[in-house]
Formats: sequence, structure tokens, C-alpha cells
Amino acid sequence: MTAPLLEVSDVATAYGNIEALKGVSLSAANGEITCLLGPNGAGKTTLMMTIAGVLKPRRGSIFLAGGEIAGRAPRHIVERGIALVPENRLVFADMSVEENLRAGAFSRKAAAGIDQDVEAMFTRFPRLRERSTQLAGTLSGGEQQMLAISRALMARPKLLLMDEPSLGLAPLIVEDIFRIIRELNGEGTTIFLVEQNAHMALKVAHHFYLIEQGLIVFDGAPGEIEEEEVIKRAYLGTEV
Amino acid sequence: MIVDFVQNTLDGVFVGSSYSLLAIGFTLIFGVMRRLNLSYGPSIMLGIFAGTLVFVEFEAGLLFVAAATVAGAVLAGVYVERVCFRAIRGGAALASMVSSFAVWMQLEEIVTVLFPDRTYPFPPLADFVLEPGPFFVRGDHLVMFACAAALTVLLHLLLYRTRFGLALRAVSRNPAAAAFVGIDTGLVLFSAFVLASAIGGVAGYLIAAADQQITPYFGLWATFKGLIAMTLGGMGSIPGAIAGGLLLGVIEAHSGWYLGAEYRDLSAYAVLFAFLVFRPGGLFAQRQTLRSRLAARRV
Repeated sequence: MTAPLLEVSDVATAYGNIEALKGVSLSAANGEITCLLGPNGAGKTTLMMTIAGVLKPRRGSIFLAGGEIAGRAPRHIVERGIALVPENRLVFADMSVEENLRAGAFSRKAAAGIDQDVEAMFTRFPRLRERSTQLAGTLSGGEQQMLAISRALMARPKLLLMDEPSLGLAPLIVEDIFRIIRELNGEGTTIFLVEQNAHMALKVAHHFYLIEQGLIVFDGAPGEIEEEEVIKRAYLGTEV
Repeated sequence: MIVDFVQNTLDGVFVGSSYSLLAIGFTLIFGVMRRLNLSYGPSIMLGIFAGTLVFVEFEAGLLFVAAATVAGAVLAGVYVERVCFRAIRGGAALASMVSSFAVWMQLEEIVTVLFPDRTYPFPPLADFVLEPGPFFVRGDHLVMFACAAALTVLLHLLLYRTRFGLALRAVSRNPAAAAFVGIDTGLVLFSAFVLASAIGGVAGYLIAAADQQITPYFGLWATFKGLIAMTLGGMGSIPGAIAGGLLLGVIEAHSGWYLGAEYRDLSAYAVLFAFLVFRPGGLFAQRQTLRSRLAARRV
């Protein structure tokens, strides 16, 4: 196993008095796709927000390539090399597609290379080039997801966090998104993925974790346990 | 007849351009924070008193008075941001509005105590009058309009051609996503406040120089004019603020002429009322709501 790029240890995050994460430890290996599965309300998005720096953990530490990032402001974390594709995409709806991409490069100090990267995104997603001057809010859900992914890539991240990229998309588009995830990984991007769609996630993941009620309850490689069992637990939790 | 109508419309547009600036300041703050800053007018009032102070005490020249006015408005704006907005960022939007009302009273009291004479002189800007054909155009109104137009163009360039503008638009549209791409949202909010206060300072200077006298109640007046103009145009929209300000100026000029000076404000409020009932989103609301409706459907 390669060295972990991301290492989360004993992280607890709370909303007021409610602890959503009760001491989560996991890691994402360099160059791999690591996947986090679990039912609604288990703390998946909370963990993403904590890694991205939007939520401050109560305790625990988060290391990126050996450097502590827990509790730092989101902009420092983006600068260190983590970009988030947020749940529900959150594109800037009344900005053009191209402006969305340029906003994605905001954390980069040097202007050099940004034009080429915009061009590279357009080459990867020709649909975005066709719509480059269109307002992002007028794109279809799948196109918005591609824009959200491209926007995150514009930061040239070492680690790409993806929060439910398949949410609310048609099955054909979901196939597309997962093809892109595999492609990006093939080009060397490390990906940490949160998914509801356990079936698709297990097809691309090198390693996965199951989270329930704020705690990691299982980790392993796909194939180590029955997919049916994973799916049951991912949707329903162990209680059932 | 037609000459009066054109003359009134001209007057309305000139005076309205200063309302537009006030509304732009309001709308900038509302647009990025989704919070109403009632202290906006009073912080401008503090600025024009700083201008008067350097004029009366040191007989300062035009530019210096203008600089003091803008600086005073910006300092007061920064104070308001710290006390009413930064301190309660996570809290309810209403808390910011109510505390901005408290700071309004505070600023007004401070000025009333420091400047006990109520009315103070303000140096005029341009004393000439142009007479194109049958019309009259006041020189200071012309300068007011030119400054407002130039500032609007500059603001547009700032918002759509610079990195800061990109950040500001990103934060106003979606603060969470702005943070995800590495924008320092706190810094952007603060800068928006400074920018709005500086625009307000320029507006305050132009208005005070046209009136040539000021009172501590300028704050109340400026907040009202700015709020009405912003609401007419559509909250959070800059083109709306410009249109709303001009519309308010023209309504006031016409009703003052045809109905009598006592109906000026009454008519403005009547139009505001009509807008709130029949078109609550303001002049520039339609496109916005249609677009977000479209966006919501596609998610």
C-alpha cells in the first residue's frame, strides 16, 4: 500500500451539542480512489466539510501529505492542495461557465497556466466549451456536475474530495460521472469520494469505509465482503 | 408645458443620480451579506461632518473636503461592519439590522453632541448655471451626474474585470462555494463594506455640496432615499439601484412641480407602496427570479 495522502485521526465534529462525528479515523492512499459509504445522517458530509475546513473539529487531527490542516481556514486548505466538489454542486449560478472555472483557480497565486487549464477543461468536457458563455444556472444537472468537477480541478488539487457526485442525476449521466472519476484517477489524481450509490462506488474504489452514526464501522477493499451486505449497511445501517 | 416636463425630468435625473449612488451602496452590502445596514446613511452623515469640520476649522479646499468626507464615511462604515455585522455573522440577519439601527442612533447622538449648532455650512462645488435652450442645468447637478456615471462605470469594471470583482460576485451568490474555491469570504465582505461606504461618501459629498448646508438628520434622509431607491429597483441588483434612484428622482421632481412641494415625499412613498404591492421584487426582479426558478428546476 502506498503512503497515505490524507490521514484523518480521531476527528470529532459537533453541531452545538450534537456530535455528528464521534472520533473518525481513516486515510486515503496516494493515487487511489477511497470511498466513504453510509446511510443518511451518518456524518459523511460533515466529514467532508471538516476536511475542507468549513467546520472546525472539536478534537482530532487531519494530515495532508504529513502537514496538519485540521482547524485551518478553507482557503489555506485549498492552497495546500485539497479541492471539494460539494454536494448539490453549488456552481455560481449567475456567472458564466468560464467565470466559474476561473473562480476555481482563485487560490492559485500565479496567473500563468490558468488559460491553458480552462482550455484543458473544455477539451475534457466539450459540452462546457459549447456553453462557455452561458450562465451556469441554466445548465442541466449533469453539466453542472461536470462544471463543479472542473471548477475543483482548476485549483490543481493533490486530493479531490467529491461529495455525492451522482446525487439526483439520471443513470446514464451517473455512468458518465463515474467514468470521469476513473479517468481522473488514471491520470494520477487522488480521490476521496462520498457516495450514496454504493454499487457504482464499489466498482471504482480501491478501498472503502462504512460510516454509521459518526463512527467508522468497517473498512476494507471491495470484494472483501458481499456487495449486497455493504449496500444494505450503506443505506440502512446495522440496526436493520 | 412640454418645457416644464422636460425640465422636471432633467432635474429629477440629476438629483436621482445621487440617489442611485446611495442605492448602489445599500445594494452592494445587501447583495453580499443578505443583510440590511440601516446605519448606512448615518455613516455617510458622519463623513460629511468630517468634511464640514476641515472646511470650517482649516478652510480646506474642495478636494480636501471631499477626501475628508469619504474617509469619514469609510471609517464609520468599518465601525458599523465590526460592531453590527462581523460580530453577529453567524446569527440571525435580523440581529444585524436591529444593531445597525442602534448604531444609527449612536452616530446621530455623537454628532449632535460634538456639533451642537444643528445646521452647518458645506462648501459649494460649482456655482455656475448652464442654459441650453429653454432649460436650466445647475453646475453642481451636472458634476453630480458626471461623478455618478463615472463611478458606476468604474464599479462595473471592478466587478466584471478584476479578481476582486469575481470574488465579490462569488461570495454574494454563494458564500459556501466561494469558501470552497479558496476565497477569503470575511475579507471580501469587509472590502464590500469599505467600497460601499466610499461610494456613499462620494454621494454624501455631492449632495451636501449641492445643498450647501448639513444637519445630523442627513443620515435619516440618506437611509430613506437609498432604501426606497434600492427597493424600487430590486434589492441586490446594481442596475436596479441605478434605475431605482433615477426613478425616485424623477417622481419627486414631477410631483413637487405638479402637486406642490408638500407632495414630493408623499408621492415617493405612494409609488414605493404600489411597488411593494404589485411588484415586490422591484424593476429588475423578473429576470432574477425566472433564472433562479429555471436553475432550481434543473438541479
